[in-house]
Amino acid sequence: MRLELRGVRKGYGGVEVLHGVDLTAEGGQVLAIAGANGAGKSTLIKVLAGAAPLDGGTILLDGEPLTLRGPEDAQALGFRTVYQELSLVPQMTVTENVLLGALPTKRGLVDWPAAHARVRALLEEIGFADIDPRARAGKLSVARQQMVEIAKALAVEPRMLVLDEPSAVLAGTDLDRLFDLIRRLRERGVAILYVSHRLAEVMEISDRITVIKDGRVVDTLTPALTSEDEIIALMAGRRLEQIYPDRVPESGKPLLSVRGLSRDGAFDDVSFDLAAGEIVGMFGLVGSGRSEVARCLFGADRQTSGTVELDGAVTRFRTPGDAIGAGIALVTEDRKHSGLVLGMDITDNTTFATMPRISHAGLLNTRRRAANVQDMIERLGINPPRPEMPVRHLSGGNQQKVVLAKWLLTRPRVLILDEPTRGVDMATRVDIYRMIDELTREGVAILLISSDLAEVLGATDRVLVMRGGRLVAEVGSADTTEDEVLAHSVGVAA
Amino acid sequence: MTGQQTSTVRDTDSGKAPEATAPASARWRAAVPPPTILVLIGVAIAIVVVAGITNDSFLTEGNMTNLLRQMVTTGLLALGMLLVILTGGIDLSVGSVVALTGIMSAGLVSGLPLPLAVLMAIVIGVLCGTVNGIMVARFSLAPFVVTLASMTTFRGLTYVYSKTPITPTTPDFLTLGSQNVGPIPIAAIITLLMFALGWVLINRTSAGRALLGIGGNREAVRLAGVKVQRHLVLAYALSGLCAGVAGVILASRVGIAQPSLGQGFELDAIAACVIGGASLSGGRGTIGGTLAGVVLLGLIDNLLSLYDVQSYWQQVLKGLIIAVAILVRRGERQNT
Ligand SMILES: Nc1ncnc2c1ncn2[C@@H]1O[C@H](COP(=O)(O)OP(=O)(O)OP(=O)(O)O)[C@@H](O)[C@H]1O
Ligand SMILES: [Mg+2]
Repeated sequence: MRLELRGVRKGYGGVEVLHGVDLTAEGGQVLAIAGANGAGKSTLIKVLAGAAPLDGGTILLDGEPLTLRGPEDAQALGFRTVYQELSLVPQMTVTENVLLGALPTKRGLVDWPAAHARVRALLEEIGFADIDPRARAGKLSVARQQMVEIAKALAVEPRMLVLDEPSAVLAGTDLDRLFDLIRRLRERGVAILYVSHRLAEVMEISDRITVIKDGRVVDTLTPALTSEDEIIALMAGRRLEQIYPDRVPESGKPLLSVRGLSRDGAFDDVSFDLAAGEIVGMFGLVGSGRSEVARCLFGADRQTSGTVELDGAVTRFRTPGDAIGAGIALVTEDRKHSGLVLGMDITDNTTFATMPRISHAGLLNTRRRAANVQDMIERLGINPPRPEMPVRHLSGGNQQKVVLAKWLLTRPRVLILDEPTRGVDMATRVDIYRMIDELTREGVAILLISSDLAEVLGATDRVLVMRGGRLVAEVGSADTTEDEVLAHSVGVAA
Repeated sequence: MTGQQTSTVRDTDSGKAPEATAPASARWRAAVPPPTILVLIGVAIAIVVVAGITNDSFLTEGNMTNLLRQMVTTGLLALGMLLVILTGGIDLSVGSVVALTGIMSAGLVSGLPLPLAVLMAIVIGVLCGTVNGIMVARFSLAPFVVTLASMTTFRGLTYVYSKTPITPTTPDFLTLGSQNVGPIPIAAIITLLMFALGWVLINRTSAGRALLGIGGNREAVRLAGVKVQRHLVLAYALSGLCAGVAGVILASRVGIAQPSLGQGFELDAIAACVIGGASLSGGRGTIGGTLAGVVLLGLIDNLLSLYDVQSYWQQVLKGLIIAVAILVRRGERQNT
């Protein structure tokens, strides 16, 4: 199979996003698509999935022109797509989600045993036999949900599989399993399109890399003949000198002291200190309880026992509002579910946590609000820089920047970041790392939760490792290795 | 469907070279379609023009005053309803609150000074709304169910208060609903003022933005420190307030308060919000749109009676017009 795009154009409401894209995907190959946030990767994918009609250009399948009138057309051709945003129905079971609309029947009734068996076999094939087909999709971790999405895409043997940032929520062994799956599919002759901001992955898994910048293809490269630096330079239009800022770890007086913090069913007996000016990383596999600890510190969930001291005084936040008032901010991990009001604009979304502060007698100081928003748009490079743009229409990475902006505006003393660079392009990451570093110079303490090992070691002073709801190790970022941290997190460390 | 697509293709193909240099801002501005409110105003003007030409009595001062007066009740109820709808809720009890507050104000004026009687009736309205709000916010009950129950309860209370219509004895009481300043009814002025306050609330206060945020993504605004329960109670209480004001004005205009007053009014209020662009799942809706929806519904009612359409047919036509208005809006949204 050979799929060619020639001069593909696509816009939204008169604003052109793709300005004539040429690209070729072949059966039995993995084509990676790299590009900065908002470059048009997801838009391109929607075009291929038949979810967005072309505005111009042609698609050729084995040399024949192809018209996709809707997602049905694409699916009938065996084009399967896993979108950047999860799209499972949370109230339904895994089986129902995977076989949605194609449940096996017996005498007109759904044959549940057969359905569950099919899905179990599918999950086994993709290496995730540990997911229960009868579980409600919404109850699974995001990583598991992501894999269910992939199972759904594979429910019918695909000719082409398109994955839009599948790895953003996967880490460690989960990622290895995904790569095994991709390799097996490639051997079976499936064409694979893989979008990711993690260039190390891209170099590892892909046969060719097409780089997109501002809706145009700038180059197509072979991994063996290029480097991450070159790709980043092509994507960003500039070379990045250094990814992580140099840090001189200094341990001052603890600003936040956590002692014996527990929450039933989530984590147990967690103790650590966070000093002003320090960046502490927290690593652990999905389900290790990292995010739960963060939510508890922030007053979003209640702790069962243990104490938290801020500046030497015992605190107990009953609501997030209390925590914000005390100078704690939490950038939550799942922006769609807990970070953004998608239908509202950039202005509202960036100021939700600070609205009371910029109000007088209940009335918003709109001029100050606009100034704050403008400042954040510039500092984080939110694109397009339109305060009244609904965040629904922003690309994934830019949505993430809006969440970050909301919390930076609260001027926190303790900033907890839960996967803050998920879906954020390399150049912007560098800006974020630099900004975090600057914040610490002003005495902010930072807890950086991340599944990205390189990040968790590169951007921090020391790293806490969690496993099964417990803090199992603490290591200095400069004197450890990715392997060591990973070993701690899976419990095989010496 | 296909028609739309081909037209889009032509739009972008018509030679506009991609302007990589144009600031994203300018390009985005051009992409915004005409908002609902402009469409609605256009339709309303068209109706007024056509009606003015075809019907002599339409543009008379008497009819215009009458039209304004008719819009007051729906307007006030729609205003309160909008606040609730923004949070993703619904308030089915407003018609019953109109009856309860209407009949109580008519009854209370015979014993109490006028301002006090009016105030008390309105406070009753706020209390009714607060009860709804607490049930919804504190006990996490579905707004539809809560207000369905309270709709019956408040109606029942109205009959408990008086099984027979009450005719207010104080002549001053009738001023509120029937006097004009020039050609404009006092009640219409009050309503417009309340819409202005509503606009300020929604667009210029943190509480207003919070209401929209709650309807859009409750968890996200909760984690941003917004006190969700308090704001929910506020929305329902304000809906009760609006219904209370509407009840008093209605009783004073009609000059006799029936315990059956206001039946089905909640539906017109909801319809006005929806025509005006509010989404029943919450997070979207505007004051301007709602006002336009109220005007449109008022015009339709007024014209159908001017043209002497039988009341059953009035209902059929009104229903159809609402359906068309919503369909038009849906198409508009898909274009974005
Ligand atoms: N429905 C929409 N309406 C208007 N503009 C949109 C819409 N969807 C996307 N855009 C715009 O199109 C551009 C490309 O977005 P797209 O989602 O394709 O980027 P992306 O390359 O996938 O970025 P990311 O890496 O952040 O996911 C962005 O500027 C975005 O704001
Ligand atoms: Mg994307």
